[in-house]
Amino acid sequence: MRLIKIIGEWLDARLQVGATITETAEHRIPRQTASWFYVFGSAAFVVFMLQIVTGILLAFIYVPSAGEAWNSLQTLNHQVSLGWFIRALHGWGSDFMVAIVLIHMVQVFLFGAYKYPRELTWIVGIFLLIVTLGMAFTGQVLRFDQDAYWGLGIGASIASRVPVMGPSIVNLMLGGPIIAGATLSRFFALHVFIVPGLLIALVSVHLLMVIKLGINEWPMPGRLVRKATYIKEYHELVKKDGIRFFPDGMGKDLLFDGFILLSIAACAIYFGPFGPSGPPNPTIIQTVPRPDFFFLWLYAVLSFLPPSMETPALLIGPVVAIIWLLVMPFVFGEGEKSWRRRPVAVLTILLVAVALATFTRLALHTPWSPIMDAWSGIPIPSDFLHNRTALERQGALVFQVKQCHNCHSLDDQGGKRGPALDAVAVRLTQDQLIRQVIQGGGNMPAYGKNLSPAETTALVAFLESLHPAGQAPARDAARAIALAPDAAAPASGHP
Amino acid sequence: MTLPTDLGRRDLFMKIGIFLNGIVGVVLAVPVVRYLLSPVAHERKGSYDSWVSLGDLGQFPSGQTRLATYRNPTVSPTDGDTADIACWVRNVDGQNFQVFAINCAHLGCPVRWFPQSSLFMCPCHGGVYYQDGARASGPPERGLFEYHYKVENGNLLIKSGEMPTPGQASNIVREIRPCV
Repeated sequence: MRLIKIIGEWLDARLQVGATITETAEHRIPRQTASWFYVFGSAAFVVFMLQIVTGILLAFIYVPSAGEAWNSLQTLNHQVSLGWFIRALHGWGSDFMVAIVLIHMVQVFLFGAYKYPRELTWIVGIFLLIVTLGMAFTGQVLRFDQDAYWGLGIGASIASRVPVMGPSIVNLMLGGPIIAGATLSRFFALHVFIVPGLLIALVSVHLLMVIKLGINEWPMPGRLVRKATYIKEYHELVKKDGIRFFPDGMGKDLLFDGFILLSIAACAIYFGPFGPSGPPNPTIIQTVPRPDFFFLWLYAVLSFLPPSMETPALLIGPVVAIIWLLVMPFVFGEGEKSWRRRPVAVLTILLVAVALATFTRLALHTPWSPIMDAWSGIPIPSDFLHNRTALERQGALVFQVKQCHNCHSLDDQGGKRGPALDAVAVRLTQDQLIRQVIQGGGNMPAYGKNLSPAETTALVAFLESLHPAGQAPARDAARAIALAPDAAAPASGHP
Repeated sequence: MTLPTDLGRRDLFMKIGIFLNGIVGVVLAVPVVRYLLSPVAHERKGSYDSWVSLGDLGQFPSGQTRLATYRNPTVSPTDGDTADIACWVRNVDGQNFQVFAINCAHLGCPVRWFPQSSLFMCPCHGGVYYQDGARASGPPERGLFEYHYKVENGNLLIKSGEMPTPGQASNIVREIRPCV
């Protein structure tokens, strides 16, 4: 022990940081901030450390070459001892990271911590969020499988829509004309050098300000923030009711951080690493590309936006949102901090949370995608063929062969792109069915050119039979009259 | 050995030092910026596109749409499989062809051809196109991208090299208006 003390003193005489470190570690925080609500910032930091360590370990084996990346991931998964585990830690770490960063942001927002004097901390935090999402995107590209390849194409297509500069931005992003070796190399440089450098710099500034300005005190309804008096009030609070961060106030942080690391490890062990899915060969077109978990909401939004609205929404929406987030501390820099007195804040968070959750849930099973092999792989349930005439059964065959099943479901099997057809005969009359099949409409293409009259007749006969047992199919009320022979014409005054 | 002369010399060194480093900075910045912007400059100077052969005409029977693959003309040694590009070749009537890019005109996912219903379907967001490439339904705002083509010595060639995107219209033959 005495030797350690001697070495410690020898080092400190030269480094002279001992006093600073002790003072920082033992700085006083308001007692109430040693709370479970305040643990998410340190959790994000700890997950960042995990990502750096696992990332460096992965870089020992991973080859950032378009031709070899996929193979090197196979090596990691199957040949290197516990390579799959390190990959899994890194992948699950990234999902947890985005989630924790978002929860931290929501907590900071609801506790009014962006108000005076912590506006710059908030602004740096917004940039940290953007940069973290940048790490998420570049990271999933590095997996360089089919999802990554086509995901890059989607990113390039979005970037190309920027007016005037779009095509140049695409060339810069891809490092050339197509998604190839140059693309992976620059995404590697981004993910390993440029963006982590930015992250380290921004996190340092963020933490520096948290320590210098003090952690946000527990918001009390009725205790307003006023620029003239806040700093003095804060110091008095810390003096009156403060505890040392180390060793008294960081217990919950330690516990939660350990718990998060354990959770990531548990997910890594139980669920294993993410892919890679198929090799990034562009000629393999039997593929259904999907982004990683944190971008699933965007996947859903891009499917549901009306086509003409898409470019403005994509290019203007995020810019407006980010500018608003950056400007917010100056608009609402004073006043109530507690969420109990800020209903608009709470409602906004609820709205955003519900929207994100809904879109993510939708993107998990993609109802808008045709099921490409339904026409050949999912038979028509036998209930719909039972007691049918030969013509109707022929129609069922047409239904399969013309890929109707890809977009329409029967008995909940088949595509969900179009409406389920189990009871279509109750909704559409025979004429309407014929028109819909031939001319299309809404999101349905016209099949008129690809169906012979015989096929149309058979198909519509089958569709006409799709109604619940006790219910008659829809009928056009005037049809009987329109089709009746002329003998039924009224007696008076018709030539 | 008066004080002002000493300071005057140090002051001069400082000024020259800053000036010199400024020049060095600019001189170094130019190649660095050119390096960073080289993918864009290459595109501006001479397009990435050139004529590529898709093979013998016999592979593309009349009235059918077939998948063809080619090696991208701009290729680097580390590209591996990513430089193999696919496209859909439609032989309209034996004389005229249409060669569609594999990329959906919405966000670039690979479209699949179904000969039974004569439709191209995209798996990502549900875009659908008719056999002539016109938009049928879904999020795409336009029809499929088409390559310029020519027939030489019984081979079908297309002018390609750059991945088509909604903002990059350089390699389309004609804008296909959606059916309304």
